[in-house]
Amino acid sequence: MALVLNEEQKMLKESAQGFLSEHAPVAELRAQRDAGSAAGYSSTLWGQMVNMGWAAILVPEEYGGLAFGHVGMAQIVEQAGRTLTASPLLSTAILGVTAINLAGSEDQKTELLGAIAGGELTIALAVDEKTHHDPMQTAMRAEAKGDGYVLNGEKRFVVDGSTADKLIVATRTAASPGDMKGISLFLVDRTAPGVSVQRTEMLDGRNAAIITFTDVEVTADALLGEHNRGFRALSATLDAGNAHLAAELLGITQESFDRTLQYMKERKQFGALIGSFQALQHRTAHWWSEIEMCKSVVLKVLQSLDEGDVKAPALVSIAKAKLCEVAELSTNEAIQLHGGIGMTDEYEIGFFIKRARPAQMLFGDYNYHANRFALISGY
Amino acid sequence: MSDLEVFRQETREWLEENCPQSMRSPVIAGEGACWGGRNWVFESEDQQLWLERMSSKGWTAPDWPADYGGGGLIKAEHKVLKQEMGRIRARSPLDSFGIWMIGPALLKFGSEELKQQHLPAIIRGEIRWCQGYSEPNAGSDLAGLQSKAVDMGDHFIANGQKVWTSYGDKADWMFCLLRTDPDAKKQMGISLVLFDMETPGVTPKPIKLISGSSPFCETFLDDVRVEKDQVVGEVNQGWTIAKYLLTHEREMIGGMGLTGAGSKTLGAIAAQTIGTTNGRLNDLFMRTDVAKWEIDAAAFAFTAERVTDEAKAGQGIGATSAMLKYYGTELNKRRFETLLKIGGSDDLIWEGDISNNGWTARTLLRTKGNSIEGGTSEVQLNIIAKNILGLG
Repeated sequence: MALVLNEEQKMLKESAQGFLSEHAPVAELRAQRDAGSAAGYSSTLWGQMVNMGWAAILVPEEYGGLAFGHVGMAQIVEQAGRTLTASPLLSTAILGVTAINLAGSEDQKTELLGAIAGGELTIALAVDEKTHHDPMQTAMRAEAKGDGYVLNGEKRFVVDGSTADKLIVATRTAASPGDMKGISLFLVDRTAPGVSVQRTEMLDGRNAAIITFTDVEVTADALLGEHNRGFRALSATLDAGNAHLAAELLGITQESFDRTLQYMKERKQFGALIGSFQALQHRTAHWWSEIEMCKSVVLKVLQSLDEGDVKAPALVSIAKAKLCEVAELSTNEAIQLHGGIGMTDEYEIGFFIKRARPAQMLFGDYNYHANRFALISGY
Repeated sequence: MSDLEVFRQETREWLEENCPQSMRSPVIAGEGACWGGRNWVFESEDQQLWLERMSSKGWTAPDWPADYGGGGLIKAEHKVLKQEMGRIRARSPLDSFGIWMIGPALLKFGSEELKQQHLPAIIRGEIRWCQGYSEPNAGSDLAGLQSKAVDMGDHFIANGQKVWTSYGDKADWMFCLLRTDPDAKKQMGISLVLFDMETPGVTPKPIKLISGSSPFCETFLDDVRVEKDQVVGEVNQGWTIAKYLLTHEREMIGGMGLTGAGSKTLGAIAAQTIGTTNGRLNDLFMRTDVAKWEIDAAAFAFTAERVTDEAKAGQGIGATSAMLKYYGTELNKRRFETLLKIGGSDDLIWEGDISNNGWTARTLLRTKGNSIEGGTSEVQLNIIAKNILGLG
């Protein structure tokens, strides 16, 4: 497949660009933060996104979706990276839809996917238990009891965990932490008895949560996918999540760059535009070259997901690692080249580093994915 | 069956019949490459046969017009030919600065007479070309070149010194930038001229490099007669053609960051040399280096792919050759630094079988020139900053 966007994908990109820059610019994120928004996002905005069909993009047509694919969805996500738009798009419309579509029973898909597409249901994925992402280390227990299960344990860095209607929880039903066998996924209501949610506002002003499960009883139909064989679906869901995080980081990276380049053409020191200094030109040209690499890996991995390519997991780790590296470069250079004004809260450039770091760390940072890529490659 | 499918079928059959078995393995590190020219000694009958058969169809220059002996293939057919050659791992029948550089420039800027005179001999591999661009005092500042050609009425007389002439001692003809108007602004008084290396007064002298080999020469020009009909394009308008050729050269050198299909990955080489435990390389710091390099190399390969696809789709910003040249050459340098670390002390041995005559060390040294030749990395960054980013 040619490594370019088709006409429909380009149109979606343009419409996302238009909508988000008008309705959800960086100023909107600041407003949410300053108002101390409990959700970390605007439900009015999410309603508008649902009306435009964005929650239905990854949902198959037979469940009321648009089946427009990952390349299409990522055009929105990339623009949302440029505008730093907070919404349940990742948690619900990407992670929730992917997990349910891959692992869910016919009944679960019919009930849940349609509800997501219609904006009636939000989801949060609860995977991490320690400070570093490592899904195979899942230790939280789910014990069989009667016709159902009892869940005990703690999850952290659960994005949208304090607002979502339902949680998808990775638990261990057999074997030991470190083993990919013996992991099972459950759908749990956030408000179920025994679920205790501690909202943790992150440096990007958005939500995550530490969630404690104490003797939480669920029925057998809460199991999402096969007993003990949840890792496959979990891993594929995380792959989709990481590909879209890479797309969001690409948006962040490009916007930090564009704003800085503009600033270099306005800011004067020593009686000259700072963009005329060769020391800064070379840094900027190198930075731009790295962004060109990022555009390619992101499009490549999204296409591989849509095609069901067996190389997708390796490509996911290549893309997420590369975007972590360059997003770090990009947000750091943006502040350095802006100088003192880049350190102020009043100026928007500082918001990009604050969103980039959580997006980098979520579901594995550079080190995690470089390690995973090496293991997949046989070293 | 579509025309293209018919072409594929015929091409496949023709290659099957005409490509000698010994020509069906990749050229590795230049071993087995065919450069042609008056003094070329074929290393095997097969090599000669393969060149003759391919050039008789014009497939040494598949997309050049058939009028000059080229293949006359449209883009889609050219792609099919490449795919079919790749399928049987057929090696290129001819490596040639004539095909890569001066040929395209002649097709774009040359007179009909020049095309008739030079293109067929390039396609048949009969004449080997070299490039006379850089001078001792004109490297990155190429337009500052001082070698000159003085108008003598019916011909020019050239004097000066060129340097970094690739294979100047083995080439038959040179395409050369000379100053034809000493009073004009520096880019304005330059012409691109062609002359035979056997012309009296032309003296190429090999330069020994840190790698121990001598692929480059300095070339002295002492009262060299250059015919007036051997000026490409207009007199004093050579800089435009030179820039066009430099872009071509950048694209060629930038491709070096791409490791060819079929060659072993750095990870596989490291795993084999250093060993693994539980699927992890035994040297964990080296493992990080290797993974970082492979991630960047994959990103670069996809970028080369994307830029090509965007150009085909009429998208993209163009002028990306500077970025590819910059990134690809820096990547290639890192590749060999990592390879040397993987090889360890055995790879430091300069000669003999243990190190395959110091192949890794010598190639590492040679790669240091990748980010200098064809415009340094710093020149590429200048081009990006100025032409793409609009930084003045």
